[in-house]
Amino acid sequence: MPNSSDYAALWLTFKVAGLATLLLLLLGTPLAWWLARSASRWKGVVNSIVALPLVLPPTVLGFYLLVLMGPAGIVGKFTQWLGIGTLPFSFGGLVAASVLYSLPFVVQPLQNTFVAIGNGPLEAAATVGAGPLDRFFSVALPLAKSGFATAGILGFTHTVGEFGVVLMVGGNIPDKTRVVSVQIYNHVEALEYSQAHWLSGGLLIFSFLVLLALYSSKHVQPLNRAAK
Amino acid sequence: MSASELKARFKLNYGEFDLDLDLSLPVAGVTVFYGHSGSGKTTLLRCIAGLEHAPYGYLRIGDTLWQDSERGVFLPTHRRNLGYVFQDANLFPHLSVRANLDYAVRRMRCRERKISLQQAIELLAIAPLLARMPERLSGGERQRVAIARALAASPDILLMDEPLAALDEERKQEFLPYLTGLQQNLRIPILYVTHSRHEVNRLADHLLVMAAGKAVACGPLAETLTRLDGPLAADRMAASVWQGRLVSHEADYHLSHAEFAGGNLSLPYLDAKPGSPVRIRIYARDVSIALQPPQASSILNVLPAEVRAVADLGQGQSVVQLAAGGEILLSHITQKSAALLKLAPGMPVFAQIKGTSIVG
Repeated sequence: MPNSSDYAALWLTFKVAGLATLLLLLLGTPLAWWLARSASRWKGVVNSIVALPLVLPPTVLGFYLLVLMGPAGIVGKFTQWLGIGTLPFSFGGLVAASVLYSLPFVVQPLQNTFVAIGNGPLEAAATVGAGPLDRFFSVALPLAKSGFATAGILGFTHTVGEFGVVLMVGGNIPDKTRVVSVQIYNHVEALEYSQAHWLSGGLLIFSFLVLLALYSSKHVQPLNRAAK
Repeated sequence: MSASELKARFKLNYGEFDLDLDLSLPVAGVTVFYGHSGSGKTTLLRCIAGLEHAPYGYLRIGDTLWQDSERGVFLPTHRRNLGYVFQDANLFPHLSVRANLDYAVRRMRCRERKISLQQAIELLAIAPLLARMPERLSGGERQRVAIARALAASPDILLMDEPLAALDEERKQEFLPYLTGLQQNLRIPILYVTHSRHEVNRLADHLLVMAAGKAVACGPLAETLTRLDGPLAADRMAASVWQGRLVSHEADYHLSHAEFAGGNLSLPYLDAKPGSPVRIRIYARDVSIALQPPQASSILNVLPAEVRAVADLGQGQSVVQLAAGGEILLSHITQKSAALLKLAPGMPVFAQIKGTSIVG
């Protein structure tokens, strides 16, 4: 049976993933909008940066985040100046790292959706008097519903499933940074296989059900198209 | 400058394509932009709507300035009080027909409504479609809703980009009466883009002919169609369009009689009341010339006319511009005939019209 530290790890995982997904949608939407509609020559650079977490070993990302957010890093100096200390080995650091790590899983489906909507409906809205913000909220957002569902689900599940970045940036502090994937690792290290089974099996079923929902729904774009 | 004039100057370059125009158009009735694909007519319409931002541009409609690049003025599309009908309708797919219309009504840019929503719904006969979603409409229905949506915003001017292009021939014929209806029932000026000569003949009051990003002819329809230095008098579709009114019917022979500034003509039977307006097209290839009034001929429509000008078309063909009463008529004849008849400006002749078709 799972013990109290397992439940704590589960709760923490869902808190991190939930908050990270929320932030990802907030940051990813304008970014994806810009990537989908801009003709800027910086687009290629930004696209590549967004996609980096897809190909980098998580430890590389974790290492640089650790350095940047540490007391001597730029981000670290800034957070210290703000009076909130440094981010590594804290809940905040975990969320920040998760946002970066899961960025492509949110930005790419949104970007694809915005491209698919095309100019037509937005131009039509402009010709009947809708300004840019109005067009975004009354036309683009409702038409991008499926993209948001895909982006949200992928962002959330991918954050739940991360390990390398979490370990590098968050460490292994109970209730603070010890998420499920780390807890499973601890159990296995301690040869507590039945505990590991409970958590691993739980995650396995959770992930499968989410993907099943994703693939069965007419309204949600399939994974292979989303992560093109 | 009169208040009802559209002044437009645009310079724009898209790689291979250059748009370079300096226009003055009336803001009344239907002005058709005609040209082959790639002539720039849609780009011009988009520049007028502000959907395309020409780096060099000046645009004034009546007293309202929409663009003046020299003074840094560019009014964005949503602040120009216009209606725009796209080639593929562009209805909002997530909204019902009713909600598509309401979307425009809620964002109306002027205080006074020139057309009521109800009027737009009736004119386009879309009342039965209001509850439907756009995906459940046919192509023609979609275009009718798109026009109603554009009208629902109560625009000062209506811009239409090949609204019939996506429809098959039969749907086009069904759809045209709605456009004629708009023209007759509303006081709203229309700019209409098309590559179809039939739509030009049927709808235009004023005509702008474009080629390779430039205006090659511009003026009132009848005049622009029949100018010998214009591009439209020479080809196989060359025709004159006359507007007049129906006088009587001759049911036995399935004929109708109508009077025009150019004379009275017998037409194929038209199911309309005497007094109704009628618009006909007379192909230049259907008009022949005689020096004497033909005595016994199968041709019913013979009008006295005067030769205004003769021009060579090459390949043994000539085009003759005739003045019949207050109208101009074109005739395509062989060069040999023109020489044998010694046609010259000022000569009185008889124009024999082999066929006419009613276009509206």
